[in-house]
Amino acid sequence: MSRMTLLALQVLVAVVCIALWQVLSTVPVFGKILLPPFFFSNPVDVLAQIVKWFSSGVIWKHLGITLVESLLAFVIGSLGGILVGFWFARQPLVAAVFDPYVKMVNALPRVVLAPIFALWLGLGIWSKVALGVTLVFFIVFFNVYQGVKEVSRTVLDNGRMLGMSERQLMQHVYWPSALSWMFSSLHTSVGFAVVGAVVGEYLGSAAGLGYLIQQAEGVFDVAGVFAGMFVLSAFVILIDFGVTLVERRLLVWRPTMDGRG
Amino acid sequence: MTTPTAVALEDAKVAFRLGDGRVYTAVEKAHLAVAQGEFVAIVGPTGCGKSTLLNVAAGLLTPASGSVKIFDRPLTGLNRDAGYLFQADALFPWKTALDNVAIGLEIMGAPRAEAAQRAQKWLTAVGLGAFAGRYPHMLSGGQRKRVALAQVLIRDPKILLMDEPFGPLDAQTRQVMGNLLLDLWNADRKAVLFVTHDLEEAIALADRVVIMSAGPSSRIIGDWRVSLSRPRDIFEVRLDKEFHALHREIWSVLRDEVMKGYAQSTQAAEAV
Repeated sequence: MSRMTLLALQVLVAVVCIALWQVLSTVPVFGKILLPPFFFSNPVDVLAQIVKWFSSGVIWKHLGITLVESLLAFVIGSLGGILVGFWFARQPLVAAVFDPYVKMVNALPRVVLAPIFALWLGLGIWSKVALGVTLVFFIVFFNVYQGVKEVSRTVLDNGRMLGMSERQLMQHVYWPSALSWMFSSLHTSVGFAVVGAVVGEYLGSAAGLGYLIQQAEGVFDVAGVFAGMFVLSAFVILIDFGVTLVERRLLVWRPTMDGRG
Repeated sequence: MTTPTAVALEDAKVAFRLGDGRVYTAVEKAHLAVAQGEFVAIVGPTGCGKSTLLNVAAGLLTPASGSVKIFDRPLTGLNRDAGYLFQADALFPWKTALDNVAIGLEIMGAPRAEAAQRAQKWLTAVGLGAFAGRYPHMLSGGQRKRVALAQVLIRDPKILLMDEPFGPLDAQTRQVMGNLLLDLWNADRKAVLFVTHDLEEAIALADRVVIMSAGPSSRIIGDWRVSLSRPRDIFEVRLDKEFHALHREIWSVLRDEVMKGYAQSTQAAEAV
């Protein structure tokens, strides 16, 4: 299938969905509106809300805040995950001792930590960053740990036979292997950084996309909730696109699944 | 003055502790000497511990008893005089062909530019001058082996240990690689310990062919000198009368071991 056909079909899906939504929420079927506007709003109102946000410029501040929170969560969580992942993988005793606790904390639904972070760190950006960090950290940690553990035995022996010291093995073998695992989970960890930020905002804040959605919900402004959701989706897709670009540059050495190099 | 012995295994015994606590003896009392400049091939049935013996010479494994001497000095830790060519892919997948070859020099502290320059020369020597920027996954199996060969040889090791290096390649590529190896080896005649399960390959390449019995507790059961003239061409040496005579002679010994090894492996499979 050509790119154009594919794109056309993809757009068609959106058009049909939005058209159905518009029709069912405005035109009565057998004397009854199937999607009551109070609960479902309608595409025109949602679009009007989005246009209003962008034309007045209020949205930029909220987008900016969410972006900063996500980035901080991603950077701090990744650094922590890399350090601890390396440490655990190289010190099996430490890993064994902490294993049950790591599992316990990871099993905890992070949302329950939000009130604690709000208490400790206030309602500013740092409580959201902390929430994002707890999500990102574990993804990066598990991947780096795996990456260091699963270095091919042969490649490691080869490094040794070529005369690498422990430090050189770290630099030329363990580190690239761990990074490749980390980058393979880049989409997930960046996505979770955004989730942490938005959920944190939703549960208590004064700015950000999560705050916008929560405010709209508070006054039964369904159009506002939907508008916030759409802006958030577009925001995540843009970030994801950026991640794809970074990934392509960093993982050139890796064979792709479909063999196109 | 006699030529110094590059590798000497004296009554080396290798044993592993199995998961259930039993001890598995892979190699029993191996006695083997490789002189400087000598090309020795070890041939044996599958699972006879030939790779184990090689790992002992490399210092990757420590023998349970007996000793390993490298140039008359007992080996402790890794064998720093040896280059090792692995059977499986051992290139660093995140480095280009050039970086994979240059790394051996960089580790020793050579400046990056000089290492890259010499690596390029080695890549050209193994016929991959135009592939310097490729990553391992973009190369064919044979090309990867060439890079691996350059990676080992650039460090100019005094001893070359090779563990069925051409095993995963197709028949034609193996012969081409064999000739390439002989050409490179002819230049400075390092001591080579070459493990293979292919008797023809062993005779075509080596000065001496050593046969091991079927495992476990395998021993060295034969040692033949190959007096075919050098330089050799692998394609042509196979047509030589002497080659055939020697092949017949060694095969008569090896065949029984291959059958034994095969029987044992099928029995083991049935027991499971």
